Amino acid sequence: MGASQSTESNLTASIQRHLSKIVVAPSFAASLFFVYGFILWTGYMAFSKSRMLPVWDWAGLRQYERLWQMERWHVAIENLLVFGGLFIVTCLIIGCLLAVLLDQRIRAEGVLRTIFLYPMALSFIVTGTVWKWLLNPGLGLESMMHDLGWTSFKFDWLVNSDMAIYTVVIAAVWQASGFVMAMFLAALRGVDQDIIRAAYMDGASLPRIYFGIIIPSIRPVFLSAIVVLAHLAVKSFDLVIALTGGGPGYASDLPATFMYTMAFQRNQLGIGAASAMMMLATVMAIIVPYLYSELRGGKKNG
Amino acid sequence: MADLQTYSHDAGWKNTVLRGLLYLVLILFAAYYLFPLIVMVSTSLKSLDEIREGSLISLPRVVTFDAWNYAWNEACVGVECTGIKIYFWNSVKMAIPAVLISTFLGAINGYALTKWRFKGANIVFALLLFGCFIPFQVVLLPMSQVLGKLGLASSTPGLVMVHVVYGLCFTTLFFRNYYVSIPDELVKAATIDGAGFFTIFWRIILPISTPIIVVSVIWQFTQIWNDFLFGASFASGENAPMTVALNNIVNTTTGVKQYNVDMAAALLTGLPTLLVYVLAGKYFVRGLTAGSVKG
Repeated sequence: MGASQSTESNLTASIQRHLSKIVVAPSFAASLFFVYGFILWTGYMAFSKSRMLPVWDWAGLRQYERLWQMERWHVAIENLLVFGGLFIVTCLIIGCLLAVLLDQRIRAEGVLRTIFLYPMALSFIVTGTVWKWLLNPGLGLESMMHDLGWTSFKFDWLVNSDMAIYTVVIAAVWQASGFVMAMFLAALRGVDQDIIRAAYMDGASLPRIYFGIIIPSIRPVFLSAIVVLAHLAVKSFDLVIALTGGGPGYASDLPATFMYTMAFQRNQLGIGAASAMMMLATVMAIIVPYLYSELRGGKKNG
Repeated sequence: MADLQTYSHDAGWKNTVLRGLLYLVLILFAAYYLFPLIVMVSTSLKSLDEIREGSLISLPRVVTFDAWNYAWNEACVGVECTGIKIYFWNSVKMAIPAVLISTFLGAINGYALTKWRFKGANIVFALLLFGCFIPFQVVLLPMSQVLGKLGLASSTPGLVMVHVVYGLCFTTLFFRNYYVSIPDELVKAATIDGAGFFTIFWRIILPISTPIIVVSVIWQFTQIWNDFLFGASFASGENAPMTVALNNIVNTTTGVKQYNVDMAAALLTGLPTLLVYVLAGKYFVRGLTAGSVKG
């Protein structure tokens, strides 16, 4: 009787000691399986002969070869470069400009900030739906300009295969630029006031204060913003689906929509898996160096 | 903050002109951000005839809620013409459990990883964190097979599981960073008084976690409500979440294109997250910066 009681209390004590590990274990196991396991699984699939159904027969690099021979994949990659580049640069310019303008002791700053940022709360599907309506050549902006008297105005980017990807840029910038503004504004508020005052006393003009002192001192925020926006660009899927559906044809396909089409509509599981691995590699190439530098230098902010 | 008023060497009138210009630019930008929302609302309140005749910017002559009613009760998603309401409830049934479970797990993980550090706790955290960054395309194919094997394909519980699993890294990140700044002495003192792991969590840690719980709940709710990729991949037909239903309504090719219904459905889809944003904007921004600067 006494012996069993003592083993029991030993057990409770040992559970108490390991409780922390026990509590984290399920999440950790889920992460090992659903993140790392699934990446390996997809990675293996990309080396298999899978088409309509997943099979385990080894095919070597065959799926990657087929992927890189597809014109559609090249279109998707080019679109990602065009979209990502324009999206990142435009968001940075608008976001930085708005933050500087808002940082001038503006009346009703709170209201303006709320207005600039609200698109970020919406689903990309909602954004895509409304911009699709605004940009449709029949009844949207084009006809509005005609009614206003500008009859030669033509805006058919949504149905023009050369221009469709730019409509995605327009809608994405509308959605995300306010967020960049919020990041920059927070950084501007953190700049040391004494340095600014000293520069002013020395006779520096406001533009010089901005370009010479403030913007260089918030350089890390530029880096963070670029990483966040690049990450958003590579993952972009919903917006393209809702706005252009990847069309006309596959003119505005991005890797994310390409992968989805191959995997769920074209019965090309192997190619879908191979394109997903390419996407993962792209994101890792952006994120890993960034995280490394953040974690190494980030000790100070926990 | 470096503003024109405090830091200017110029004469007064020049500053007044500049400030006028400043407000003009800001108001123009505000108009640019508001324009789609205004058009969306005004289009949803017009009749189809008025849309065809009138201009994009003209306000409705006759305000009618027919399109809202039709979108909610009758609009066709695929072949089912039940309106968007059943998909709205699908999203609610998916979002609430997924938000609560992932937030709770994030809280207890963050607590364990900071206040009861074990050997390798940092490595465990780093490995968990990695999940925030992967493009989800890389898990879609295995996940659809696993959901099929579990009998959860095309079901709301399946989506809840997916959102919990991939939301965990964010919620753990939020709570871990929050608890790092809470002094360890608080926990140590309670341990000396004989309180255990869970007692301290419930009695001491949770009561001071309100701000970060709000941030986590808002972040997760926005992410899950707005999700389209998982919804489109793992739930079809009558179990689809609202974003998928909206996309189906808008992109259906049969019948007359009802722009007012599209806009009403889009507004209905956007309203819950917009409401959260307006009511708790401060926490929303905190979640965005915490979740995105590091994730």
